[in-house]
Amino acid sequence: MEKLDWKLLKEIAELEKTPIGAYNFRVNGQSDERQTTANIDIQTKADKPGIDIIVKPGTKGESVHIPVVLTETGLKDLVYNDFFIGEGADVDIVAGCGIHNAGCETSQHDGIHVFHVGKNAKVRYVERHYGEGEGTGERVLNPRTEVYLEEGASITLEMTQIAGVDSTIRDTVVVVGAGGECILNEKLLTDGHQRAESNMEIILAGEGATGRVVSRSVGKGESVQIFRPCMTGKAAGFGHVQCDSIIMDNAKIKSIPAIDAQDLNAQLIHEAAIGKIAGDQILKLMTLGLTEEEAEEKILEGFLN
Amino acid sequence: MLEISHLRYEVTTEDGSELGILRDVSLTIPEGKLVVITGPNGGGKTTLARTIMGLNQPTGGTIRWNGTDITNLSITDRAKAGVSYGFQQPPRFKGLKVKDLISLAAGRELTPSDGCRYLTQVGLCADDYIDREVDASLSGGEVKRIEIATILARGAGLLIFDEPEAGIDLWSFAKLTETFERIHKNGDATLLIISHQERIIQLADEIVVIEKGEVASHGPREEIFPQIMARTLPGCGFMKEGL
Repeated sequence: MEKLDWKLLKEIAELEKTPIGAYNFRVNGQSDERQTTANIDIQTKADKPGIDIIVKPGTKGESVHIPVVLTETGLKDLVYNDFFIGEGADVDIVAGCGIHNAGCETSQHDGIHVFHVGKNAKVRYVERHYGEGEGTGERVLNPRTEVYLEEGASITLEMTQIAGVDSTIRDTVVVVGAGGECILNEKLLTDGHQRAESNMEIILAGEGATGRVVSRSVGKGESVQIFRPCMTGKAAGFGHVQCDSIIMDNAKIKSIPAIDAQDLNAQLIHEAAIGKIAGDQILKLMTLGLTEEEAEEKILEGFLN
Repeated sequence: MLEISHLRYEVTTEDGSELGILRDVSLTIPEGKLVVITGPNGGGKTTLARTIMGLNQPTGGTIRWNGTDITNLSITDRAKAGVSYGFQQPPRFKGLKVKDLISLAAGRELTPSDGCRYLTQVGLCADDYIDREVDASLSGGEVKRIEIATILARGAGLLIFDEPEAGIDLWSFAKLTETFERIHKNGDATLLIISHQERIIQLADEIVVIEKGEVASHGPREEIFPQIMARTLPGCGFMKEGL
C-alpha cells in the first residue's frame, strides 16, 4: 500500500492502519490485502471479479472493511461483492471507494453489492465515496446495492458522497421481510459540473416491515442532482421517505419521491423539500461573529452531518 | 456606552414615497444599565434593535459603541466588537444541534457544565435539549429560549433582546427575569430589552418609549413607568370613545 492509497483510505473509511477484524482492500482492480476471522470469511469469486463475504450465524460485534482505491487513470473497475450474513449476527460493514485521478482519462468504479441478511440479523453498512486528483479525467462511481432482509432482520445504510465525484448513478434496492427494518441515510454534495442520480426502491414485503429513508443533499455550482426514492408497501407496514435539498449557485435538483401502497394496511409517507439557505440563518450566525462564508459552511456542515 | 445619534431608517414604498421607520432617533445608554424599550406595535423598536446589530443599514445618523463608530461595520464586525442581538423570531436550522449553536455563540467547544449553565438560565434542562436539533421539532417557546441562551453564551458587552418573553411559559419567564436581574446586578453587560412585560419593565434603570419612529419619552423608570400606565391607549380618540 502506498501513501496515496492510505490518504484515500482515510477519506473513505477513516482508516490510518489496517483495521481490526476482517478486511479486504482492493487497489486498482486487484485484491491487495485481506484478513479473515474465525467468524467472517472472505472468498474470491471464481466466475467474475469480486468477493463473497460470509458471516457466521450469531457473530456479534465484529466488523468488515472492504474499501476500494483507484489511483490509475483510465481504469474501469467492475466488482461484484456478495454478503451472506448468518442468522442473528450483528456486524458493521465499511465499504466505499476513493478515486485519485491524476490523468486525463476517466477512472470508474462500479461496485455491485448484494446483501443476504439472515433472520434477526443486524447490519450497519457505511459507504463513502470520494474523488480527487489534479487530472482532467472524470471520476465516476456507479454503485448498485441490493439488500434482502429475512424475517426480523435489519440494516442501516449510511451512504455518503461529499466531494470530487464527477458522475454517479446510484441504484439501491432493499426488500424488507416481516418485522424487518431498513434505515437509509443518504448524504450527497455536488459542485462544479458534477452529476448525481440516486434511485432507491424500498419494498416492504412482509408484515410489520419498516422503512425509513432520509436523503439530504446540497447542490452547488452548475451541478445536477436527481432523486427517485420509492417506498412500496406490499404488506401491513410503515414507510417514510424524507428528501431535503439545499440548492445553491446555478445547481439543478430534481426530487421525485414516490410511495406505492399495495396493501390496505400499508402506511406510507413522503416529504420532499428543496430550497436555498434561508437568509435569516446566515444573519443569525453572523450576529454570533461568523463571516458570511463561515456561516454558510456551518449551515451546510450541520445539514449534511 | 451606546450612543445613537439622529438615526434614520427609511424605506421606499410601492408607490415610490419614502416611509420613515426610524425618523430621528437619538439615545445614549450608559454602560452597565438595563434599559427597556417599549411602545406600540409598529413603532420602530425592532428596527432600532436590528439597526444597532447591523441587520438593517441606516439611511442616516450614527451608532457608537464604547467610543467607536460602528455605523458602517458589518454584522460580523459588530458582533466581534461586543454587540449581540436575540432575534424576535429566531430561525431554525436543520441539522445544527443546540450544543452546536451555543458553542458557535461562545466561540469555543462547550463543556457539559457550560451547556447546562446557559440552558438552565433560560429554564431548559440541558440533558433534554443539548443534543437536539434546532429544527421544526422544537416549539416556538423552546427555540426562543435557546436563542436567548446563545446570547448569554456570547458574553458580549451589549445584549439586545427583542421581546424575550414572547411565547415563553410563566415558569421559564420567572427564570429569565432572574437571569436578567443577575447580569444587571453583576454589571457584566449593558442590557437593552424590547419588552411590554411589566415584570421586565420593573427591572429597568431607564425606559425608552419609541412611537412612530421617534423617541417619545426617555428617562428613569420611576418617572416614565407611571406615565405609561396613565395612558395605556395613546393617541386614539376612537378607541377611547369605544371604551
